[in-house]
Amino acid sequence: MASTATVAAPHAPAAAPHTETGVWSWITTVDHKRIGILYFFSSIFYFLVGGIEALFIRTQLIVPENNFISADLYNQMFTQHALTMIFLALMPLTAAFFNYIVPLQIGARDVAFPRLNALSYWVYFFGGLMLLFAAVTKMAPNVGWFAYAPITERQYNPGPNVDFYVLGLQIVGLSSILAGINFIVTILNMRAPGMRLMRMPIFTWMVLITQVLIVTAMAVFTIAITQLMFDRMFGTTFFDPARGGDPLVWQHLFWMFGHPEVYILIIPIFGMISEVIPTFSRKPLFGYNVMVFASVLIGWLGWGVWSHHMFAVGLGPIADAFFALSTMLIAIPTGIKIFNWIGTMWGGSIRFTTSMLFAVAFIAMFTLGGISGVMHSVAPSDLQQTDTYFVVAHIHYVFFGGTVLGLFAGIYFWFPKLFGRLMDEKLGKIHWVGTMVGMNLAFFPMHYLGMYGQPRRTFTYPGDLGWNWMNLMSTLGAYLLALVTGVFVWNVIRSARKGAIAGDNPWGAATLEWSIPSPPPVYNFREIPIVHSRMPLWEEDASKEPGIPHGKVAEDVNAITVGGTQVGEMEYPDAESKMSAHDLGIHLPPPSYWPIILAFGILLVFGSLIFRNLDGALHNLWYLSVAGVLLVAVSIFKWAFEPGH
Amino acid sequence: MSIVNAADHAANPAHLDTSTGLDNRKMAFWTFIGSECLLFGSLIATYLAYKGRSLVGPLPHAGRTLTGQQAEGILDIPLTSLSTFVLLMSSLGMVLALAAVQRADRKGAITWLFATAGLGLVFLGFQAYEFNHFYHAGLTLQTNLFGSTFFLLTGFHGAHVLVGVIYLGTLGMLAVKNQLGPERSMSVEIAGLYWHFVDVIWIVIFALVYLIK
Amino acid sequence: MSSEQREIAHDRHSHPGPKQYVMIGVILTLMTVVEILAYYAEEDWGILNAGMAAAVIAILSAAKFITVVMYYMHLKFDSKIFTGIFIFPAALAILVIGAMYIVQQVLPRAGSALGS
Repeated sequence: MASTATVAAPHAPAAAPHTETGVWSWITTVDHKRIGILYFFSSIFYFLVGGIEALFIRTQLIVPENNFISADLYNQMFTQHALTMIFLALMPLTAAFFNYIVPLQIGARDVAFPRLNALSYWVYFFGGLMLLFAAVTKMAPNVGWFAYAPITERQYNPGPNVDFYVLGLQIVGLSSILAGINFIVTILNMRAPGMRLMRMPIFTWMVLITQVLIVTAMAVFTIAITQLMFDRMFGTTFFDPARGGDPLVWQHLFWMFGHPEVYILIIPIFGMISEVIPTFSRKPLFGYNVMVFASVLIGWLGWGVWSHHMFAVGLGPIADAFFALSTMLIAIPTGIKIFNWIGTMWGGSIRFTTSMLFAVAFIAMFTLGGISGVMHSVAPSDLQQTDTYFVVAHIHYVFFGGTVLGLFAGIYFWFPKLFGRLMDEKLGKIHWVGTMVGMNLAFFPMHYLGMYGQPRRTFTYPGDLGWNWMNLMSTLGAYLLALVTGVFVWNVIRSARKGAIAGDNPWGAATLEWSIPSPPPVYNFREIPIVHSRMPLWEEDASKEPGIPHGKVAEDVNAITVGGTQVGEMEYPDAESKMSAHDLGIHLPPPSYWPIILAFGILLVFGSLIFRNLDGALHNLWYLSVAGVLLVAVSIFKWAFEPGH
Repeated sequence: MSIVNAADHAANPAHLDTSTGLDNRKMAFWTFIGSECLLFGSLIATYLAYKGRSLVGPLPHAGRTLTGQQAEGILDIPLTSLSTFVLLMSSLGMVLALAAVQRADRKGAITWLFATAGLGLVFLGFQAYEFNHFYHAGLTLQTNLFGSTFFLLTGFHGAHVLVGVIYLGTLGMLAVKNQLGPERSMSVEIAGLYWHFVDVIWIVIFALVYLIK
Repeated sequence: MSSEQREIAHDRHSHPGPKQYVMIGVILTLMTVVEILAYYAEEDWGILNAGMAAAVIAILSAAKFITVVMYYMHLKFDSKIFTGIFIFPAALAILVIGAMYIVQQVLPRAGSALGS
């Protein structure tokens, strides 16, 4: 990689830069890498919270006629489990990688709007706290994640539960839209010289498609929950059948968002898998162009299938036929992708690291989920499956078998870049085996349970229907998953502090983020690289020694680790990367506290509305919303005229 | 090749350092407008889904409710035509303001920015009058589906106009303080994008809600 | 360099000047007047039937929409990337509106007409 970037002569050792550690530096940070790490740990935290909620559900169902938790708490748990996992754990965990990896992959120093990026995080942070507060105070949403009208209306659901749904998701959705705008501009506008669209790393491509889906689909959802909010707060008639409202309008609006949402959750994973598999097969991705176009096609088609969630409402033969066909069509680009991943491995020199194991497992498990998805697309068969555990099995094979396994592959793959240290492979393999056994034990019996007619979202079941042993198995699987997730978390915490030093490129991967130290210096690239191909690092090494590099993990790292005990550390790989941006003459935007203040204003606007539906002295607290609006306005002005940005 | 750095964009209005040569903020704004399309699109979709489904009056145009009662038409076409014209003229003011800023015509910039914001305020005045009139004629958010969908759609649009008025007023104040030279014309162009988008949304609302029965 | 870099925004002077802006304003006003006339032609004068009036108004408002976006928002003179960024969501918005109208208004009526 030649470069002509202008680098100012380093200054003489300057005075110590102002504080770059401590809580305040994290609160005011606008560095995409730190924001990525904030996203990473927040979403891992919510992943555990969502997991605990799942354990409540599974423990309740371990034996028939159980009364471990009440029916009402059960309703809250399955709703909150879905909301936590989708909006607070999995989307932000992908966002952690968007933040950390995308600017590195495209050779940029930061995202296009660093403060907006910080704002996205803090808005998510406060929205997450609000939903978490609802869960621990037993006021959580209790209507399922799709919150079908009219059960969400005030007269049927007078408590604050649905208000938390509406207002919490309003906040979290806003965070996603802001981040979406930021990343679309970043990817289109901040690429290093020479990186054409079709030279972008495949993960970056998938992120771009995801963000387009987020800024469009999330907007529809914003309006749907705004209407629900008005119904509950101001007595409008949108979804109130007594006054002419049509619950189907909610369903249409919800699923117009909800179906693209599942692509929002899986397309970034396609990207991660498409980085992991070529790296560990030591072969370029098979069919890059087809992969890109298939994903664009999925993005488009994803907008034309929403009513397949609604076959059971009786839309009539025309609509049912249309949506059945469009849904089946989606299987084609998805099948192409699976074929391409297998094609990438075919004839490759495969190294089964933990990351690769998760990637391969992803292909198998996601295919299973995809196949039951095609079964759902057949409208008559779907009528039989609607609202049974078969649907639960399907979504867990695509969300857990797809999104979560893919994220694990991504975490094991990029962890060294984030923390400069490798995750422990032995613990990783235990994690992998346990996850595979646990997930299939937990979710596979649900297919049969669904076919035998066990309804979802019902807090108990009689003992004489033959469901007992399968429910027991499922619950044991969930416990096993909890156990190995503990192993995973231990691995993350321990490896971040004591793992083997990774070096720049432990896996011998091909994209730009591996050309710089791990963890990267605050300015990422001392010199902005010039890109000549899709795989800049493989191209470069090929000129020195034939073939694609193996990476250094095997040689360097095992040499300093004996029996899992660390006996020595390598030198920090690049002494110069300890030089501050200032020393190198690189201008970086200064930290700012306006993002968190603005985010707090947004929390005040929406959060205070909760009180509108409460009685007594607390009722008047909703006027804080007005204060929130003022705070938002002041922050925007301060933001707009903040020096240095 | 200069260093690609977010912070440079503030200092360098030429923006030739992005991969596409396009301004970051302008691209972000177009993306934002794309998102807004879906926000307004969903509101309009709901309005159309519920058109003619109100159980009681008043209705937008004279006709029967779903339950068969005869109901008054409540929309005031001449009045709204006038406010539509006002908003259209404000869009003209906006492009003239941009042209003035680009040719460093400070007086013209001040005049047209405040004229545009003022026309926006007049539009809001019309809307306030209309809402008040409807309220006294018995149409509120809670009355029927028409009331809910109409007030949310036009109110959401009105809120956008209000934000735009503040936005343009701020730029006008910058021009007064002589801080809005041609080098910052991008700020005015972006404000213009917002303002025109609010205008095109009104074009759609005026046709779908007011004129087409 | 990159293919999309060739599509750098045109220079400012290819944008229309104040005179053209005023002209476009006049055209937009005229189209609005015709829209309102079409409304009254149906409502008061009985010249057009409801469907024809709706068609005239819809076409004119679409023309106004496109005119403002092309000229006042400069899409006609700007980079095609902006057009792309705008067209995709705008198309989706039309899809959302159209689909909602079809499933809520057209199909139920067609269903009741078929007697199902």
